[in-house]
Amino acid sequence: MTSVITEVPKAQGSAAPRATILRLMLGLALALTMAQLAGILPAWLHRLPQAVIPPTALFLDRVFDFVQNDLGLIYVTRFIAEGPLEFLLDTSANLLEGKRRWPNLGPIPWSATAGVAAVVGYALGGWRLAALGAGTCVWTALIGQWKMAMQTMSVLVVAAPLAFVVGLCLGIAAWKYRWFERVLKPFLSVLQTLPFFTYLLPAVIFFKVGPTAGAVATIIFAIPPMILMTTLGLKKVSHEVVEAGKMSGCTRWQMLRHVYIPAARTEILVGVNQVIMLCLAMVVLTAFIGMPGLGAKLLAMMGSFKLGRSFEIGVTIVLLAVTLDRMSKAWVVKQPQHFEKGTPWWVRHRIPLLGLAVFVGFVLLAQLFPILGSIGRKQHFSQGKEIDVVIKSFLALDGIRGVTEWLRWFLNVKVLIPFRNGMLAIPTPAFILMVVAFCYWLGGRRPAIFGAVFFSIVALSGWWDRSIITLYAVISAVALATLIGIPLGILAARSEIWSRRVLLACDTAQTFPSFIYLIPAIMLFGVNDVAVVFSVLIFATVPLTRYTVEGLRTVPPEMTEAAEMSGSTRRQKLLSVQLPLALPTMAVGFNQAIMFAFFMVIIAAFIGTQDLGQELQRTLAGTELGKNFVLGLNVSLMALTFDMAITAWAEGRKRALGLE
Amino acid sequence: MPQTPPVISAKNVWKLFGPAPEKYLAGMQPGRTFEKIRADGYIAGVKDVSIEVARGEMLVIMGLSGSGKSTLVRCFSRLHDISGGQIMVDGQDIMALNERDLIELRRNKMGMVFQSFGLLPHRTVLDNVAFPLEMRGQDRHTRRDRAMEVIRLVGLEGREDYFPRELSGGQQQRVGIARSLAIEPDIWFLDEPFSALDPLIRREMQDEFLRLQAMLGKTIVFITHDFDEALRLADRIAIMKDGAVEQCDTPDRIVMNPATEYVAKFTKEIDKARVVRARGLAAPLNGTAVEGQAIDGSATIHDLARLLVNDARVALPIADDQGAITGVLNRQKALDLLLGEA
Repeated sequence: MTSVITEVPKAQGSAAPRATILRLMLGLALALTMAQLAGILPAWLHRLPQAVIPPTALFLDRVFDFVQNDLGLIYVTRFIAEGPLEFLLDTSANLLEGKRRWPNLGPIPWSATAGVAAVVGYALGGWRLAALGAGTCVWTALIGQWKMAMQTMSVLVVAAPLAFVVGLCLGIAAWKYRWFERVLKPFLSVLQTLPFFTYLLPAVIFFKVGPTAGAVATIIFAIPPMILMTTLGLKKVSHEVVEAGKMSGCTRWQMLRHVYIPAARTEILVGVNQVIMLCLAMVVLTAFIGMPGLGAKLLAMMGSFKLGRSFEIGVTIVLLAVTLDRMSKAWVVKQPQHFEKGTPWWVRHRIPLLGLAVFVGFVLLAQLFPILGSIGRKQHFSQGKEIDVVIKSFLALDGIRGVTEWLRWFLNVKVLIPFRNGMLAIPTPAFILMVVAFCYWLGGRRPAIFGAVFFSIVALSGWWDRSIITLYAVISAVALATLIGIPLGILAARSEIWSRRVLLACDTAQTFPSFIYLIPAIMLFGVNDVAVVFSVLIFATVPLTRYTVEGLRTVPPEMTEAAEMSGSTRRQKLLSVQLPLALPTMAVGFNQAIMFAFFMVIIAAFIGTQDLGQELQRTLAGTELGKNFVLGLNVSLMALTFDMAITAWAEGRKRALGLE
Repeated sequence: MPQTPPVISAKNVWKLFGPAPEKYLAGMQPGRTFEKIRADGYIAGVKDVSIEVARGEMLVIMGLSGSGKSTLVRCFSRLHDISGGQIMVDGQDIMALNERDLIELRRNKMGMVFQSFGLLPHRTVLDNVAFPLEMRGQDRHTRRDRAMEVIRLVGLEGREDYFPRELSGGQQQRVGIARSLAIEPDIWFLDEPFSALDPLIRREMQDEFLRLQAMLGKTIVFITHDFDEALRLADRIAIMKDGAVEQCDTPDRIVMNPATEYVAKFTKEIDKARVVRARGLAAPLNGTAVEGQAIDGSATIHDLARLLVNDARVALPIADDQGAITGVLNRQKALDLLLGEA
């Protein structure tokens, strides 16, 4: 904990009782730790004895069992899974990858899909997006991953619209009924911090293994941001537009349909973008419950250390992510265009017509030239083995190898292991006290109380050591990410061009499904703790850099100009004007980095960790829903503690600075 | 003023913002000031207002921001539910209307123009203007014809397929005006319609507005914070402060006889000669013998400046629109107003 405390600059002058309380808490924590080190602390004060830990998992299992079998929920969910949902998934799978199901039309030739992607890209954002759309399809087909990519996409095209519809409806309900919003809010916070493994097991149990479970987990995972964006957008509709609607004599339904939803178009479409990106990230991760597709292949390739193929699949996933992100973002800013009077209908509708023509054209061509329909096993241009050799021999170069091995040794022996052992040595009550002190110092009383409750629950869950190891990985990765990300952001913010470049790079990196970040980690460091920290580290650096640049760039120009006119040097300007004003925004980035780290550290269980993620992953193989939930909630509660404290600080600070 | 019953009649209207306004109002002792009410945790948006608007009249409600003028007009159209008092529109108590009747009332009788236009960004000019017609279920063809008619009326012909963002502020407000006129409302509410526009455009739009009003003769409630605009447009002006009406009268009388110190502050810097019309300054005939050419009673003293300086008569006869002599203007009094008292 101490490492984090020293990094966050001191908040505004604290009142005397506050300082006393803080000193008291830290003093007590220190005393407990000292006693433990001296060996005079009774064991029950170091760790909660097994006897007092309530059998939460067993209890939860009973509850689930009751809901599942006695209440018969499983019949409902199985019906949905085997009925409408499976039907939709089968249809999309048939069309995209040619699964033998109704309507038995597919697979659509890859060239036709590529053509349509180009037309859609052109309609949304001109030639560049057209090239991106077509290019992604061509690459995927040529590299021989078309079928896998379409397996992934066939779930996505079902899950994303469903998540959108459900999210939209819940968002409207939350906006319409305040009580519903108040009930929903805590659920959404927990859902957004819950590790994805916790989504997967219930999905498997209630919706049977395979694409249906994957789709359900994906949908649930993608709904929260859609709800939030919908509510936000509807609340932001200008009241004059609303009044104009009322004065035009709209009924309630007409208000919603013709006034509110169209006026909230931008936020709703931003929600759509987030839904698509989260769906993609999740669909890739459903590989862990045996969903075929790009994720499964990547998992298999990484598992057998085939770096070349992993790299190729990684490129495909990244291209897909970037294409989907850019296109849906282009849709957000796309405004309707008017046509002059007398424009013929085929000019007005030229884009859909062009799309149709391209589609039909390629479908026909594919009949003549089968290569345009699908690219077979021997025909593709995958260079997996060659790339594998290149990567492995590059990594085996003396210089490179020396650096990575030294880094691995240094981080492991000098930093990570001592830090972890140190954290594990702290007695449970002392640790909770420190967390509470941190929350109190940063965010005040409310976050401190929540922190105390949340961490006590973690202690009572019986998974304390594993939770601490999870926390250790998060803290060390975020600390390292801070050391890299913030200076990088400060450097970039010095020039307009570099700010833009770095922001673009960060935005792009944020669209990658988190799984991708494991590839370079494994490449460089193999399968161990350092690789875990490294993958979390790159994942967490992105938001830190991004918000540092953004915070510094959005400092009002009057203030930097005033600093310059007061004769401050560049350094003085940065330290006494820009950084203090950028700090609340940077805190948002810091918070996101911690949330990302919690997310990533669980996925990294795949590499082999000893934390909660490992246990979580193990539950996937069985039916221990209760244990799965307890573990997931532990992650969620720890993440929420930090989230609350940092958000409270950032908001208070922003208000104090008059920035919002 | 015509003798027909008023179109809008408000009696002791209150609009309080706070936790339980009706209950508070019922238990409040009369005569409580705005500050006292605020100390009790309520904001008096509209405070005990009684006002009537006659058919074909243009009432301008003038006040600074926060004076409650926008709230009052929203009470007239029941965009706000009032906390106390009564508002009758065409003899109907609007608080007694159910949702359906209220929608019908708005669909057929009321039009409103907003300060920041309130246009729907995803609809073309034509679709924005046709929106109220669409809402009341008119078929596509009729509503297009009618919308085109009003678009021509406000001078936006040729722009009907544009989107709001492709238009200038003045043009956007023309769309807002066209939309509010599409259903041919009897009552026209305008909430600071020109405040968001640049001064030159504002002037142009005021002229345009006067032209439309001369043609259509609607009953109008016009809100502004600009005293010059109020003087320029109004039949009567109601000046509001802290939710209450300080004075409601014709421009002449407000300028000549401000009822309170607050109103006097507004009129102090005004060039009275440009506002006061000859008939407003005239004394009744009472059998006085007048001679010579009569002057037009609706001309302002400023309009008559040259005549007043050159004419040697002590008293000038004033004529109304029909040419009948209605009063007599003391030349010295008029000159005093024009040049300032000696």
